[in-house]
Amino acid sequence: MSSSTYVAPTDHAKAADKFMEDEERVNWHDKALWFIRQKRDVASKQLPEWELLRETASQIKQNVLSNLDTYLEEFERHAKQNGITVHWAADAAEHNRIVLDIIKRHGIQKLVKSKSMLTEECHLNDFLGDNGIDVVDTDLGERVVQLAQEPPSHIVLPCIHKRKEEVGELFHQHLGTEKGASDPAYLTEAARQHLREKFLTSDLAITGVNFAIAETGGFVVCTNEGNADMGAHLAKVHIACMGIEKIIPKAENLGVFLRLLARSATGQPITTYSSHFHRPRPDQEMHIVLVDNGRSIQLGRKDFYNSLKCIRCGACINTCPVYRRSGGHSYHYAISGPIGAILAPNMDMKKNADLPFASTLCGSCSNVCPVKIDIHNQLYQWRQVLSDGGYVPKTKKIGMQAMATVLSNPTIYRVAGKSGRFMMNLMPGLANMKAVNPWAKQREMPEPPKESFRDWYLKNKKKS
Amino acid sequence: MKVGLFVPCYIDQFYPQVGIATLQLLEKLGVDVEYPLQQTCCGQPMANSGFSSMTGGCDANFVRNFTGYDYIVAPSGSCVLHIKDHLHDDKNPEAATHIRSHIYELCEFLTDVLEVKALDSKFPHKVGFHTSCHGQRGLHLSQMTELNAPDFSKPGYLLNMVKDLELIPLNRKDECCGFGGTFCVTEEAVSVKMGRDRVQDHLEHGAEFITGGDVSCLMHMEGILKRQKSPVKVLHIAEILNGQYE
Amino acid sequence: MSSREAILNRVKTNKPAAVALPQTLAFPPVPADACIEKFARTVEAVGGTVVEVTNLAEIGAYLKKHYESPERVLNTVHGVGFGQELSGPIEDGHVLANLEIAVVTGSVGVAENGAVWVSEENLPTRVLPFITEHLMLVVAAENIVSNMHEAYVRLDVSAPGFGAFISGPSRTADIEQSLVIGAHGPKRAHVFILK
Repeated sequence: MSSSTYVAPTDHAKAADKFMEDEERVNWHDKALWFIRQKRDVASKQLPEWELLRETASQIKQNVLSNLDTYLEEFERHAKQNGITVHWAADAAEHNRIVLDIIKRHGIQKLVKSKSMLTEECHLNDFLGDNGIDVVDTDLGERVVQLAQEPPSHIVLPCIHKRKEEVGELFHQHLGTEKGASDPAYLTEAARQHLREKFLTSDLAITGVNFAIAETGGFVVCTNEGNADMGAHLAKVHIACMGIEKIIPKAENLGVFLRLLARSATGQPITTYSSHFHRPRPDQEMHIVLVDNGRSIQLGRKDFYNSLKCIRCGACINTCPVYRRSGGHSYHYAISGPIGAILAPNMDMKKNADLPFASTLCGSCSNVCPVKIDIHNQLYQWRQVLSDGGYVPKTKKIGMQAMATVLSNPTIYRVAGKSGRFMMNLMPGLANMKAVNPWAKQREMPEPPKESFRDWYLKNKKKS
Repeated sequence: MKVGLFVPCYIDQFYPQVGIATLQLLEKLGVDVEYPLQQTCCGQPMANSGFSSMTGGCDANFVRNFTGYDYIVAPSGSCVLHIKDHLHDDKNPEAATHIRSHIYELCEFLTDVLEVKALDSKFPHKVGFHTSCHGQRGLHLSQMTELNAPDFSKPGYLLNMVKDLELIPLNRKDECCGFGGTFCVTEEAVSVKMGRDRVQDHLEHGAEFITGGDVSCLMHMEGILKRQKSPVKVLHIAEILNGQYE
Repeated sequence: MSSREAILNRVKTNKPAAVALPQTLAFPPVPADACIEKFARTVEAVGGTVVEVTNLAEIGAYLKKHYESPERVLNTVHGVGFGQELSGPIEDGHVLANLEIAVVTGSVGVAENGAVWVSEENLPTRVLPFITEHLMLVVAAENIVSNMHEAYVRLDVSAPGFGAFISGPSRTADIEQSLVIGAHGPKRAHVFILK
């Protein structure tokens, strides 16, 4: 595959500006995702026990994280007994090497891959491509962005940023569909035929993992399209890649998680397929790659470790009013939206310092989270960590210091308020220079009143 | 009962009428209210920008001003939430704790402490209520649409006591307006887009006024309405609850 | 030190304080009739077709009426009496590439989501329920449970090497959120409830 023309943004606000140049697309994007949020609301409100399920799921995950080492060992032991080969990867590079080694050992040139955010996080496709391996993403949305040479913009809906006409054009170029055809049913059928040929001719399949069961040594993969199953059951080699936090203690815990996952993600009562893999076929090799890649570090951050409870449903992304308007690529990390913004700084504080600020801290994300991650509190906490660590611009720090000085001293505060409306300058920024004032670009400034509340109070109310 | 009135800095400076309405309303309801003269700000602007390390001065000043009151009341859910969650003072930990557990946003003070059953106010207009996030999701002033839980609204309960006021429905009852503190300038484009969409929801449902419990959100939406040269006005809920409009 | 040890050591050092696993959730049982009715409604809601039968031969009659030619049907349920009946395993799933209709036993049905548990014990090859264009599942009414918690009580999911909950035909909404039935798996799904 040729190298990508896609250039990853580095700054959320700038990338958001760019996405918003096409307001019609933004409106559509916002409405499409809000519609999914509404479907989630309807599905969750059909279960009287919904909030109990969320609490239980959160507690199960708390138990997992607090015993993660023993569960991982238990899982490994049982998986090996089941005839699955278990690999451990400390980071993305090791994960990619392990996968490539398995591929090379079998002399394989091409493979099919179903959705795995972990492999996105590890940039596996680029790595395998550079090593001459032809990777075909088989989830329809992932195939679309792969053909467009872009990363997914959403963990559940990888090409939600694209209009059907754009998909039509991509398919016309790559799959030979009719020029100008954009009917989703027609395009889906074309992808079905195109990918069916890939399933039937690939000897190796990579899948992600939604849940791995310590007690039984098996793992569960959820899809709606059936692409994970088509790939895995037709291939001689199946490699399942998972982050170490995907462990759950017992099979019965799936009752809780599978009730929450799809309802939170799309409002469906369950995904079409919830496939439980425990042993390879007699003629098959099955591998599991357990990947750390920063997770064991995050586990030690007391304000942030519970982000590892995430089951990748995407509900926080759908409900996020910022995400819906800025688009997934503006987050310049494999996982976009609020959950991505609290995971990304753990990986690279410098590179991802802007992401926890790409939020109004409205808190809707935490309320829809099926495992009750306090996402908005973590966004707030990351801001403190990033500022303390010097990862925000110096000018911002200086401005904040000035503001703190004014606001912590009543006399200076009052003088500043009277002298040329220093308050105006502080909030919301640069009022005197209207041309470059980001507040005033598309909003009017409030009109300064003739007196402050305190002045009025002294004049009218002060008793003594 | 002695109440300390907290008038957040931007209300003091830009929207004194909101402080005045709050004071008058509380006094009308028989509350002994005092405005500590040396107050400034809760410290939220720094903290939400990642500089909670710089809020020590504000915290100490806040504790100095608001020690000794039975309750502290402010016409801002956002500032109240900040105090509740983050006020600390190493020199006066007990005073800080008392303040954190006795500070109330105006509406919840009226419904939960004063248990107001009737108001002498009139507002013969179609009003859209903007649910500010910190008041709702932080202080639980009203039920959150994300949860599977019974519906309620403390501000809604109060607005229903206002004679001739017609509360309009909205498509998105509790979507954020996009103000977000410094977010409103650092992410200007997203902030404005969110604000426009929020305003549009009110306009589509025929609002003549948009009200709410946080002046920050209202200031943001007012800025957008004025730029659009819309006749629709914003008013803080205290102004409506205190008012005798015709 | 191997990566395995390094990871486990870091996890051991960094993990939060131990917390017990919460109690297993259980909800009051739902009467069988209500369960079956809810199951049927949910299967339809997820895009499947429900047919209630009182014996397996009725399924055969239904297939004959709707699909005429028995050559199109791969039948793994003894007693249906229509289609190409198969009892032994299939060595290589690739031979099923052009399969039109498969009839398969499901061991448990779940009312809350219309899912049917299909496992290796009842399959000649794992890919069968995914590669066929039209999937016909047969579930006994007494094996329909109310919710997923009950399903996991009934099932030992690790007994077979592979098993899946299947709820309706395959689907995608990846293009503009517009729902299309028939992604990579079956384009249609029937569930026969055997009473």
